[in-house]
Amino acid sequence: MTDTLLQVKGLKTWFGDGDNPARAVDGIGFSIRRGETFALLGESGCGKSITALSLLRLNPHPASRIVAGEVLLNGQNLLPLSEAEMEKIRGRRVSMIFQEPQSSLNPVLSVGQQIAEVLNWHFNTDKQGTYERSIELLKSVGIPDPHQRIKEYPHQLSGGMKQRVMIAIALAGEPELLIADEPTTALDVTIQAQILDLLKDIQQKTGMAIMLITHDLGVVAQMADHVAVMYAGQIVETASRRQFFNDTQHPYTRKLFEALPSEQKREEKLTVIKGSVPPLNQPFNCCRFSDRCDFAWQHCHDVAPRWLESEGHGVRCHLYDPEVSAERVKPELAVTSSRLSEVVPADKALLKADRLKVHFPIKKGILQRVVGHVKAVDGISLDLRPAETLALVGESGCGKTTVGKGILQLVPVTSGEVSFRGKALTRLPERELKEVRSAMQIIFQDPFSSMNPRMTITQVIEEGMLTSSIKAPADRARKVDELLQRVGLRPDIKYRYPHEFSGGQRQRICIARALAAEPEVIICDEPTSALDVSVQAQILNLLRDIQHEFGLSYLFITHNIAVVDYLAHRVAVMYLGRVVEEGLRDEVLNSPKHPYTQALLSAVPKIDSETRQESVKLEGELPSPANPPKGCHFHQRCPHVMPICRETYPDLTQLSRSHTVKCYLYEDNYGSTDSN
Amino acid sequence: MPFLPVFLWTDILIFLLLAVVAAAVIYVRRRPHLRAPWKSVIQRRRGMISIMVLSCYVVIGLLDSLHYRPALENDGDSTSTHYATEVISVFDRIAQPLRQQVEKTYSAPFAHRLYVKEMQTAEDGALVYDYPRLKYGASHLDNPANKLEDITSTIVKATLLSLLLVIIVFILHCLFNRKRLGGSVVRQAARITRGESTYPLRTFYLMLFLITVTAVNLVMLSADYHVFGTDKVGQDVLYQALKSIRTGLVIGTLTTLVMLPLAIMMGIAAGYFRGWADDVIQYIYTTLNSIPGVLLIAAAVLILQVYMNNNPEQFETIAERADMRLLFLCIILGVTSWTGLCRILRAETLKLREAEYVLASRSLGASNFSILHKHILPNLMHLVLIAVVLDFSGLVLAEAVLSYVGVGVDPSMISWGNMINSARLEMARDPVVWWSLTAAFISMFILVLAANLFADVVRDAFDPRMQGAR
Repeated sequence: MTDTLLQVKGLKTWFGDGDNPARAVDGIGFSIRRGETFALLGESGCGKSITALSLLRLNPHPASRIVAGEVLLNGQNLLPLSEAEMEKIRGRRVSMIFQEPQSSLNPVLSVGQQIAEVLNWHFNTDKQGTYERSIELLKSVGIPDPHQRIKEYPHQLSGGMKQRVMIAIALAGEPELLIADEPTTALDVTIQAQILDLLKDIQQKTGMAIMLITHDLGVVAQMADHVAVMYAGQIVETASRRQFFNDTQHPYTRKLFEALPSEQKREEKLTVIKGSVPPLNQPFNCCRFSDRCDFAWQHCHDVAPRWLESEGHGVRCHLYDPEVSAERVKPELAVTSSRLSEVVPADKALLKADRLKVHFPIKKGILQRVVGHVKAVDGISLDLRPAETLALVGESGCGKTTVGKGILQLVPVTSGEVSFRGKALTRLPERELKEVRSAMQIIFQDPFSSMNPRMTITQVIEEGMLTSSIKAPADRARKVDELLQRVGLRPDIKYRYPHEFSGGQRQRICIARALAAEPEVIICDEPTSALDVSVQAQILNLLRDIQHEFGLSYLFITHNIAVVDYLAHRVAVMYLGRVVEEGLRDEVLNSPKHPYTQALLSAVPKIDSETRQESVKLEGELPSPANPPKGCHFHQRCPHVMPICRETYPDLTQLSRSHTVKCYLYEDNYGSTDSN
Repeated sequence: MPFLPVFLWTDILIFLLLAVVAAAVIYVRRRPHLRAPWKSVIQRRRGMISIMVLSCYVVIGLLDSLHYRPALENDGDSTSTHYATEVISVFDRIAQPLRQQVEKTYSAPFAHRLYVKEMQTAEDGALVYDYPRLKYGASHLDNPANKLEDITSTIVKATLLSLLLVIIVFILHCLFNRKRLGGSVVRQAARITRGESTYPLRTFYLMLFLITVTAVNLVMLSADYHVFGTDKVGQDVLYQALKSIRTGLVIGTLTTLVMLPLAIMMGIAAGYFRGWADDVIQYIYTTLNSIPGVLLIAAAVLILQVYMNNNPEQFETIAERADMRLLFLCIILGVTSWTGLCRILRAETLKLREAEYVLASRSLGASNFSILHKHILPNLMHLVLIAVVLDFSGLVLAEAVLSYVGVGVDPSMISWGNMINSARLEMARDPVVWWSLTAAFISMFILVLAANLFADVVRDAFDPRMQGAR
């Protein structure tokens, strides 16, 4: 096969020495053809990044070592090459881009210098040639005004720009293969859509192959020609995209699909994968997934499955092995008790925010004079009803987290009012505020920083009972046990410390702490965005269950539209400190009115991608909240911009009893005629 | 009563500190997340070595901190007992021979003669100008020519004795282990010698042997010789070097005791409350940092000196005077050295106050005080600990420098700084007197090296980035 660019055979990268090295990559093999996009899919910790690093022999040294295998690039094995020879390959024939554009650019070198470094290393060009080539590269990755940008430093660029520069640097060596390690995970959906389009575009022009490492099925659906699924250091399934999405075979892959939240699953619980990834520092002589598999029978626990391949669709599972007589185990179907439609929110406001503003002063100079304000939240009105989930959706930097903190009075509110059960919180003195506090709780995004590492789990949860009526230590201890059981943890873990738990378990403990305060409102600040899909499903199920059980109201802050679709009753879309559209979930997500909402929704990669609709692509990025554009904040990126949009901010337009939008398109005096 | 206990200020503070440390040990033992890093300190060989060396110093320092005035011989029929004006410590009592065997002037280590010639009458009545025999050093020898033999045999005896001691400890350890873990004594002995324990026991025994050999040798040799010679007034230099340990330890530990409350309170207040509190504290430490430290210390010490000279009635004994000056030096060193730690704590608090668990705690209605002591302070303690251990060796060295300049401890107090100060003249004379400086150097060097090694290990143990790397 001449069109095979990269072939990996039996690659093993182990961490640590001694009797039980961690087998992070344990004998994987795949091949990438010229010009195709190969996606390596898997949850965190399954070894995908180490695989990518091992291909270029960039795996951490001396912590890990490549034990066995072959990496054939055009038939040439890379593993026995000397370091000097590898330098000629890295960046020239295979280059790599990383997840975090922030940390992969050197902050003290200008963009031009960083591109020139690669060019000078691999090509003998003069200064003029280097400059011209750099400009050309910046143009090719869609950076406007490259002559200006080439002199700038990384901190002057936004996240999306940085990732474009990273791609430009990776392209500088004109590689045959680009390894992209979660290139869009740190970016917002609209920026993600831009970057993915850019990658596809470049691939068509240059014909290079892309190895895309991701955990996002949506990205796979949009980008990949071939997919490989990794689990616990092994590839468990490979297929072309069509096969992959139409005929999923391995139970793990199927579970991944089922765990994804979506509109169709609103009435049921999400499927979860029981247990967790087995520790990799042991030799396996069984199927690695057997403990978590619904279909597993005795044979799975005794014999490791072999690799089976038919018509380009490979799978590592006994179910498809003709030599193994499968005892088909009928999995028990999850009981669908958790119907969203069962709960009907009452029609009165429990929590109300009225023209809430949170401005952060920008101070400058020796005297710390205030020279301006970052208008993080700029006049937001929301109301949350009992037992309701209101989703607050927006890109990072639009101020949605600050809304949550402002409502809880955790940041000083500039103006406006927050009232809880008719009590105006903004005017309460600290002492009286404390009494209301326990009724409103918050769950944070990062389960690793939201617990004091020096407190035991009991102490963490008991902190939630500060204002509770339970005083006796024995009663408190009983309550802690109860709460731990409620969130699905064993009570005997309570004397352990947070670092001993996984992200999902920690998030459960945080939920238990919030519940300990017996709240009526919980503000969920992206509680699942740091978690894997299967763990996310567990947390979402839990959140929904406790909502039904305790009649909680959620203000669910997120950027993940699928989660909103699954969980929310109502949705508010935020853009640069203001709500631009608000309404019932069905109204906002299925017939979005504001151009920004439309763009946001179409930027989300769809899994059922056979029906690729024409999407609204957004240009540019979120403007700075310190200096918002005049008129409608969105007018610079809006495809339907009108002269009036550049002048004044639009008023609220009531589309139905529950659906409101702030856009001139729907105002009687200006809109409708232009819109279509 | 045969003695009158004297409580010097520094003694009280030292034992207070000891009580605090003991309480901390009990506290830490109950908490696995705090116990783990300490365990890893002991489990490392460097940690084991430095802890053993440091504890030798600490024991000597503590013995030297129990002061009393011995009763004088009751002459005749007076009913009340009188006490000596001289304050001595338990350590002085133990090292009585060392303290009291004073020669006339300089003598070299292991010498049997004085270092300066003197006019003396020979047995036949003739006047001879020669090096006279020492009053105590090697006085048990009839023929000084046998000195080398005598020393060698003492060393051999001492080494054998210490070997015996170590073996006794080893056997007791094995017996104890058998009771605790089961198995035969031989099995336990094999376990220790093969290094199968999680602790570096082989290092422990090697170090134990080295320490006992040194100690027993010093004890046995110093009975008959001046191991490090004598100084200008004929005092044993080994005794001086050992007495200096307390001074060094006091400076190194009490200063941190003064510094810590300031640094912790100011640092946390600045970082947590921000606003004007932050501004004021920042200005204070920026100002304090801009004043040259030595200048401030010199001024403060000189003021105290004048005060003490004007009010001699407040100090009963010379020891109390010297002690007051030592305490004052600790305080002034503490006041000038809290700024560094304060800065670090402020920065860390700034970070911690935005931590999500602090926000969560606030949203649960916790008060500022409970946030500070439950969330902020425990997460700062590792920094405090590292700073204290790192500062210790610096302060011991600072004492030497300050005493050398003349603004350190009281000249009557034995300290490494004073020893070095007097060695200044000795190095200039011919033939040179080198042993005073050498003794001060060796004893100080071992302490500071052990403290630095200890600081290193502690920092590694408490550094979250190092957790996996060990």
